[in-house]
Amino acid sequence: MSNTDTFSIIGKPRRRVDGADKVTGRTCFADDIILPRMLHCKLLRSHVPHARIRSVDVSRAERHPGVNLVLTGRDFPNEYGILPVSQDEQPLCRDKVRFVGDPVAAVVARDEFAAEEALDLIKVEYEPLGTISDPVDALNNPAARLHDYSEEGNIHKRLSYEFGDVEESLADSAHVFEDVFFFEGNTHLPLEQHAAVGMQEADGRITLWSSTQCPHYVHRAVAKALDIPMAHIRVIASPNGGGFGGKTDPFNHEIVVVKAAQMLGRPVKCCLNREEVFYCHRGRHPVLMKFRTGVDENGALTGMHLQTLLDGGAYGSYGVASTFYTAVLQPVTYHLPRYAFDACRMFTNKPPCGPKRGHGTVQPRFGQEVQLDKIAAKLDMDPAVLRLNIVEKPGALTANYLKIGSIGLAQCINTVTERCGWKDRYGKLPEGKGMGLACSSYLTGAGNSIYWNAMPHSGVQLKLDRSGKVTVFCGATEIGQGSDDVLVATIAEILGIDPLDIRCVTGDTDLTPVDLGSYSSRVTLMMGNAAIQAAERARGMIAQAVAEKFATDTGSIAFSNGRVFEIGQPEHVLSFRKALVCAEEMHGSLGTTGSYTPPDPPGKYKGGGVGPSPAYSYTAAVVEVDVDTETGWLTVPRVYIAHDLGRAMNPVLARGQVEGSVYMGLGEALMEESAFRRLPARLSNALVHREPSMLEYKSPTSCDMPEVITDMIEHPDDNGPFGAKEAGQGPLLPVMPALANAVYDAVGVRIDEVPITAEKILQALDDKARGGAGRVGPDSFPDIEWPEPFRVPPPWEGGDGNAVNKPARKRAAKMHEMDKFKKVDAS
Amino acid sequence: MMRLPQFHYYRPRDVDEAAQILAGEDDAMVVAGGTDLLPNMKRRQQTPRTLVALRHIDSLKKLTNGAGLTIGAGVTLTSLEQNKTVKSAYAGLWQAAAQVATPHLRNMGTLGGNICLDTRCNYYDQNHEWRKAIDFCMKKDGDICWVSTGSKKCLATSSTDTAPALIALRAEVELVSAAGRRTLPLQHLYQDDGIHYLTRRREEILTNIILPQAGATRSTYWKLRRRGSFDFPVLSVAAALEFDEHDVIADARVVLGAVASQPVVCAAVNEQLRGKGLTDEVIEDMAAACAKAAKPVKNTDFAPHWRKRAVAHVTRCALRELRGDDMRETRKKLARQSLI
Repeated sequence: MSNTDTFSIIGKPRRRVDGADKVTGRTCFADDIILPRMLHCKLLRSHVPHARIRSVDVSRAERHPGVNLVLTGRDFPNEYGILPVSQDEQPLCRDKVRFVGDPVAAVVARDEFAAEEALDLIKVEYEPLGTISDPVDALNNPAARLHDYSEEGNIHKRLSYEFGDVEESLADSAHVFEDVFFFEGNTHLPLEQHAAVGMQEADGRITLWSSTQCPHYVHRAVAKALDIPMAHIRVIASPNGGGFGGKTDPFNHEIVVVKAAQMLGRPVKCCLNREEVFYCHRGRHPVLMKFRTGVDENGALTGMHLQTLLDGGAYGSYGVASTFYTAVLQPVTYHLPRYAFDACRMFTNKPPCGPKRGHGTVQPRFGQEVQLDKIAAKLDMDPAVLRLNIVEKPGALTANYLKIGSIGLAQCINTVTERCGWKDRYGKLPEGKGMGLACSSYLTGAGNSIYWNAMPHSGVQLKLDRSGKVTVFCGATEIGQGSDDVLVATIAEILGIDPLDIRCVTGDTDLTPVDLGSYSSRVTLMMGNAAIQAAERARGMIAQAVAEKFATDTGSIAFSNGRVFEIGQPEHVLSFRKALVCAEEMHGSLGTTGSYTPPDPPGKYKGGGVGPSPAYSYTAAVVEVDVDTETGWLTVPRVYIAHDLGRAMNPVLARGQVEGSVYMGLGEALMEESAFRRLPARLSNALVHREPSMLEYKSPTSCDMPEVITDMIEHPDDNGPFGAKEAGQGPLLPVMPALANAVYDAVGVRIDEVPITAEKILQALDDKARGGAGRVGPDSFPDIEWPEPFRVPPPWEGGDGNAVNKPARKRAAKMHEMDKFKKVDAS
Repeated sequence: MMRLPQFHYYRPRDVDEAAQILAGEDDAMVVAGGTDLLPNMKRRQQTPRTLVALRHIDSLKKLTNGAGLTIGAGVTLTSLEQNKTVKSAYAGLWQAAAQVATPHLRNMGTLGGNICLDTRCNYYDQNHEWRKAIDFCMKKDGDICWVSTGSKKCLATSSTDTAPALIALRAEVELVSAAGRRTLPLQHLYQDDGIHYLTRRREEILTNIILPQAGATRSTYWKLRRRGSFDFPVLSVAAALEFDEHDVIADARVVLGAVASQPVVCAAVNEQLRGKGLTDEVIEDMAAACAKAAKPVKNTDFAPHWRKRAVAHVTRCALRELRGDDMRETRKKLARQSLI
């Protein structure tokens, strides 16, 4: 199955199966749901950044005309959170608020207007607490503690790992480069604002519709937060109008509408406005990072020590995983003989950060790719040649025990450099014009679930009957990325039928087998493999029946173009519908299942579960820039990108994912920032998101989008369905560093942080003109007390994937909720 | 979404009826396209008890050619953008109108509305909950200016695109109330106060914008903003120059937008330009003089010191374009669109 020519659907450009509904406005998003007797909910959010709640008086709100119910933190005794190790969120804050936007009460009323009016009548008495505005502030002020369960003070989590003796390598290296970088936080900005509808059936069971990427995780969180058996809850993921990781956590409003629906016996809907989406956040962590990298005289890496400091915001979210991701993928792109990292996440009084497209790996990729550019400049090497020399080998096992399959990175580099005329143009363009190269790799699905279990990560079920129709059920969630299309295409390919003969039912915890959700670029690979298994089982059953009819063996039966036939016997042919009749006669009602579980990771050390993936995608990008030296004004005329995605299941969709990543990457590189405004204590002491609106949070418009020259490189991976790897996240990663490197090529200044703005370029140009280094970026990395590292010798130094020491760990405070969590799991 | 507060809504058929309603209401505002006022009302920046809609008054939607051009205040920015006379004779106005907000907003937004656009400040242009979190400012519900806590005056920024272009073109505006009508140079409609930025009286309706005959005047409008669409200006330069047959400047008007609470007419520059040719030296001098006149404060996108640095560059672009230099590539980079 390595040649696209042998496929009839896979690899062929097609209209996506959900496309017509979307462009004609037929798709029913959560906000479009209107049910009889439905009520509306609005949340009262804290206007102070950090405070103890002394009292909440809802009496006036309860009496307000049109109000049915007012809820406060006291109505919700249980904590929840996406990771079992950080069950630190409350549907409505009980004792404390931790950022401006943290919800403290909810009003359910006949309409949003009445609910909003009633919010103004709720009186909350706050006792202000010390406010933490950034990680350094957090390190310096441990007393103003956000969570009792943090390691100490406001340190949420520290990690320390050593894969070989890096200090020894650095001491022996021809050159050691030390660089500090900063990556500013930014947010997902999906066009659809989160919305949820809760409904109680007459028998007491619950249905929740929500714009979530992960119905299964929401299912667990609702059960835990409200002590409802999972079997009595149905979560339906409505089609998402964009997710990008912003809808992968369970959210306050989802739990609140279920509770309200239970108490009132009426459907309750909550639609967030744009400001509230900024407060839900879970976006890119601001990360300060320090690289110490050794290279030999040819630019080959000898060792690297990476330190990262993450601004986590007010809650755990996926933060522990994010912290790992700021370090674990570094060895996947280029061969790195020895590697050490320390990573630390801090709590601050801001909306919680979490997973955004490229989850945690984007920031250190920026740092490493800019540092490689500096290394190439110092060694007087072509940055493309330097990279080509050190690309990791297919099938490699990295220093930190990540097993790689196919790697098309060298071809990606060669493709983009040929397309852009790199050899003739790089370093030779007139002042003000420049081009920069960067590469990256990304996971195709996290190798482990967010909660430990040995069950499949994705399940697919097929129902087939005499009508000729196939219905496919899967828990995967269509968030605009095209997962429904991949699912249908996979089934259609194997059964040799038209995609229109397949009905797709996804993201419904009552009807569909569990799929963990649309995150970590896992769906195409994991759902795809499960779908192949289910479809092949169905094909086997049909082939058996048809073989019997034609008195031949099942191996001679083929499926193509809506026909099932005996190979070499033109008259032995049935329509797919008639073949299903035969199969139903032989087997009774027809149904199959398929499931997928990722391979066991080779790393056995504690923490080795974050980073493994069934397959890794690879990308190279060249960004061209045009810089006005008087103002620093920056224009991007063109971006060249080549992405190794194993196999383009539907090239139209895959291209959309790659180019969408370029668009989002340019936003992060040029303008997007989750900036905050901190006023001094003598004034209002406020700490607020600087501009929680779509007008002032700058994200590129279509006018700002350059020409993109895209190549899809296909190095099929043995673990991927038809060889496919991911396409939705990896292509974002090289865009920011390639742009920074292009600015250096254009005007000779280094902007070691994003976003890269005209102001910063001008500042660096001024600095250079005054004889300075011509650099804008952070100067230093703070002193952090790191724990003893886990020492894991790399495979080529006799390691077996285990740590050779047992570092003592300060245990996080035991969370009493953990027991409850397990109870719900068992039910 | 954020919800509008409740209000009374009137839909008069003509200007007289509208003026009568305004005369009888002490908490009323007029609304045309609503693209500025309605979002402000959702954020509770303005909460008038009564809205008087101008959308259905046909006389406000007319463009009349005479000695010059009279544009009804209710003409949408899209119709202005599509008008051939505007594009050929008043290029600066056309370029300004074409760069307001987004196509959708220009379909609704009117010229009168853009002229009366509320001044903007990123402490003020936030919803009620945000302003409560940071504490209210003097422009609405509070008494401090967060941009400059020592300031006695509100420093909100004039962000209209069309006004600098129109002032450069020596436009006049007509105001009508139940008591009568008056005409004044558009420049005099403004004053440098972020709260009381218009000299228009509450009961007056802006009805017409009157442009003199374009004659040999060449005009242009350059807008600086982060993105090629959607954003308000962080700086704009409007210029209108009349040359005599020897390419000597007979009349000059350079107006800066988004650097004060009103459009800034660079009077000294205009004086100096008269009688000169647009040599590189003259352009340099004028660019420096404009940079001096601009006093941006920290309440828009981009840092004020950068905006001030950019004034010279953008002024130079505007004047060079009027001289006849080919500025298409520069324009494309700065505006992210061609505007031709």
